[in-house]
Amino acid sequence: MTIIGNALNAITARGLVASIDYSEWTRVLLLEDYNTRLVVFATTLLGLSAGVIGSFTLLRKRALLGDALSHATLPGIGLAFLMAPTFGFEGKSLPVLLSGAAISGSVGMLAILVIRNLTKLKEDAALGIVLSVFFGGGLVLLGLAQQMPEGHAAGLESFIYGKTASIVAQDARWIFGAGTISLAVLVLLYKELKLLCFDDGFASSLGYPTVWLDFVLMAVVVLVTIVGLQAVGLVLMIALLVIPAASARFWTRSLYQMTMLAGSIGAISGMLGSMISGLAPRLPSGAMIVLTSAVFFLSSMLFGRQRGVVIQAIRRWTTRRRIDRRHVLRGIYELLETQTTRPEVSPVEATAGNWVGLNALQESRTWSNRRMLAEVNRLREQGLLRTRDHEAALTATGLLEARRLTREHRLWELYLITHADVAAERVDRDAERIEDCLEPVMIEELESLLEKAVAVGRVPISPHEIDMSTRLAEG
Amino acid sequence: MDDASNWMWALDGWILAAGILCAVASSLLGNFLVLRRMSMLGDAVSHAVLPGLAAAFLITGSRQSFPMFLGAAVVGVLTAMLTQWIRNFGKVDEGASMGVVFTTLFSLGLVMIVQAADTVDLDPGCVLYGAIEFTPLDTVVVFGWDVPRVIVTLSIVTLVNLLFVVVGYKELKLTSFDPALADTMGLRSAWVHYTLMTLVAITAVASFESVGNILVVAMMVVPAAAASLLTNRLPWLIFSSAVIGALSAILGHLSAIHVPRMFGYASTSTAGMMALMAGLLFLLVMILSPSNGLLINFARRQHLAFSILGDDVLAFIYRHEEKKIDWPRTEQTLTRQWLQKQLLSSPIAMSLILFWYRASGQLDRHGESYVLTETGREAAALLVRSHRLWEQYLVDQAGMASDRIHGQAERLEHFTDRSFRDKLERETEFPVSDPHGSPIPAEISAKKSSPPGEPSNGNFMS
Repeated sequence: MTIIGNALNAITARGLVASIDYSEWTRVLLLEDYNTRLVVFATTLLGLSAGVIGSFTLLRKRALLGDALSHATLPGIGLAFLMAPTFGFEGKSLPVLLSGAAISGSVGMLAILVIRNLTKLKEDAALGIVLSVFFGGGLVLLGLAQQMPEGHAAGLESFIYGKTASIVAQDARWIFGAGTISLAVLVLLYKELKLLCFDDGFASSLGYPTVWLDFVLMAVVVLVTIVGLQAVGLVLMIALLVIPAASARFWTRSLYQMTMLAGSIGAISGMLGSMISGLAPRLPSGAMIVLTSAVFFLSSMLFGRQRGVVIQAIRRWTTRRRIDRRHVLRGIYELLETQTTRPEVSPVEATAGNWVGLNALQESRTWSNRRMLAEVNRLREQGLLRTRDHEAALTATGLLEARRLTREHRLWELYLITHADVAAERVDRDAERIEDCLEPVMIEELESLLEKAVAVGRVPISPHEIDMSTRLAEG
Repeated sequence: MDDASNWMWALDGWILAAGILCAVASSLLGNFLVLRRMSMLGDAVSHAVLPGLAAAFLITGSRQSFPMFLGAAVVGVLTAMLTQWIRNFGKVDEGASMGVVFTTLFSLGLVMIVQAADTVDLDPGCVLYGAIEFTPLDTVVVFGWDVPRVIVTLSIVTLVNLLFVVVGYKELKLTSFDPALADTMGLRSAWVHYTLMTLVAITAVASFESVGNILVVAMMVVPAAAASLLTNRLPWLIFSSAVIGALSAILGHLSAIHVPRMFGYASTSTAGMMALMAGLLFLLVMILSPSNGLLINFARRQHLAFSILGDDVLAFIYRHEEKKIDWPRTEQTLTRQWLQKQLLSSPIAMSLILFWYRASGQLDRHGESYVLTETGREAAALLVRSHRLWEQYLVDQAGMASDRIHGQAERLEHFTDRSFRDKLERETEFPVSDPHGSPIPAEISAKKSSPPGEPSNGNFMS
């Protein structure tokens, strides 16, 4: 996709501009080439580090931490701008504004920890309070900053909306530095943070300083957020922290793979988004990066190998097929049992070729006629059933299979009654579900457990008909 | 508002009214958002509605209020539904799915707006940060009065929210606290949920079109969070959140005018100040709340620690005196410093406790050394009795090794009253000594020497 994007970019840019004016073309292309390269480099890096960090915050159930903290930087920016002249600094110099942002971001982070740990309020309320109150304070300070006699405050808004298209080399260096530091921290504390994310109770019982680890994680978020914020804006920053990580979650269960995947998705979104924006300048790059990552999210949600919608549907469908198959075979076998006097003595001779009405089969269970008939047809194609109009009969293989399934089912029912203290009237419902996750190993175990009660090779009678004396004899 | 020193009801009154209405409307719903752990929804919705606004604008070609309102409300509800959907499918938490949905929708809106920017000016800043200061300028005539349009909209929204909370009170309560139970009782919790989401979206849109989005985001979380630290009862929660919301609107407007002046500036963002004031009120409540405040929690912990240390001092001196009977020559003066060292306490706490016991007549001082008075000895005997009964019980009934029971008994002795001691005594079959061989003091009422009606009988709870 990258190659195609590049090619498209080149073709369109050349084609469009060249047709207009040649001298313009060289000037724009040289300039734009540099600028595009810079923007692509910066957003790719930012996407990479935000994706990796976002995996941790997502698993810590703090996905919107970046949201709250990036809003919390605003009062610091306003205050830094207001105070800087007093101490003889240039109000709009980047280091001054960034340190202001870092300080108020850290205060916001502490406020979240205090509210969460010392009151009964939950995570989300803590984030919401810090977000809105700090942002309100920021608006108040920006309102004042606009009245400053020295230099106007225009441009401070770029911290909210970002100015992705006009990233300068200094921004890229900041992003590179912050990204490297935060990735290094995450690699060094990988094991500790992993434990924190998956089981913080266990982590603290092992003696890990969970509060400090939370603090480190938040500090990393603050670091990346403030450099990202002034380069790409608030909404894009939040998106890069949340969307790649959430997308990666559909593909894998392992944290390591998730961070790798989220980092790649973030990086590719940053690259593709800013390229598309370079291709069509009318499309704002920040928004295009978010939308690119949203496309990744959507496709992950649909096709993700672990939790994707499609894979879940397939899993459900196969499970249903397996259950239906068992229900049809066992249903027919049970109907045969009621028709013949002693089916268990010599089932093959007594019942093979005996016909069972499909209406009776349908009534034995709550399922639609269509669903049952579809399964009956599939079984016929597999050679387990023979059918004539509205009747079905088991073939020899079908009978063996049906007998095996019924036996499995009843073994399990007996097991539940004798060993798991389940009331007899509730067994059938449970058994129908559990029968489908029964493995051959388990069945062997059950057989050995129940061999006292059940003659080997004989299908046990249904436990619903067992009287007290039989059950006592088993015990 | 250059000359803001004189309060003008025509202007400030309406601004205040708009602020209060927005605060009340938002905090009514905010209670349920906080209870459902969806506090960030206000923020998410206020970003996510951008494409709705843009679409309404692109379709109608004008900035008329009603189509925009409709568009935003539709997208707001869509946000709630998409969030729920992603959460169910992806098994990620509410926050993450909200984050995905609102950033995506916002970007979509941004692209749409940029596309539309050719025809008419539609600034995202303008859409998202309506200014409460301009409230009085746009008026409509209601019953012959000139009323700002904003006031009319916000009044309707507040009334609708109030109606929702009152009519759906039972359902809201049940679905917020126990959705599973609500489902089993046949309440459609999904419907309640989506109605709530719709109203959140409508309130957000109505508010930030007129008073700025930060105000509604703040008012949906902060007053409700503060109120939840004040009370546990839902009616009071709703009431006090509305009061806190209204209060922060009033304080916010006043300080937006007056505070910047102290530093030589003109007035500043009113909505921002209202949010800031809500935060200040939250801080006050968090520290000072009589039921959950940090201060009262700290005081409770200190009181508990103090009374436990007091118990330990009494019991320590009692044991010391007991030992002196057996070995009279192990002479050790019980000075303050020595007690402090033995019980690992701070000098201040120990001085306070010794002072308190001397004032209440439980301890006496002989030179540098502290001794128990008669009442002090009775109280101490009960503590030691509790301790030794527990030790006996732990060995006898709980089957613990006798060298591991002291710590347990040390903790439990502070929370054992008369009836409990009697029960322990019966359970351990009236022992005379504990597993270490120390005698178990008798209950006071059983003692011949004890005066009748001794108040320290039983009920000795720390």
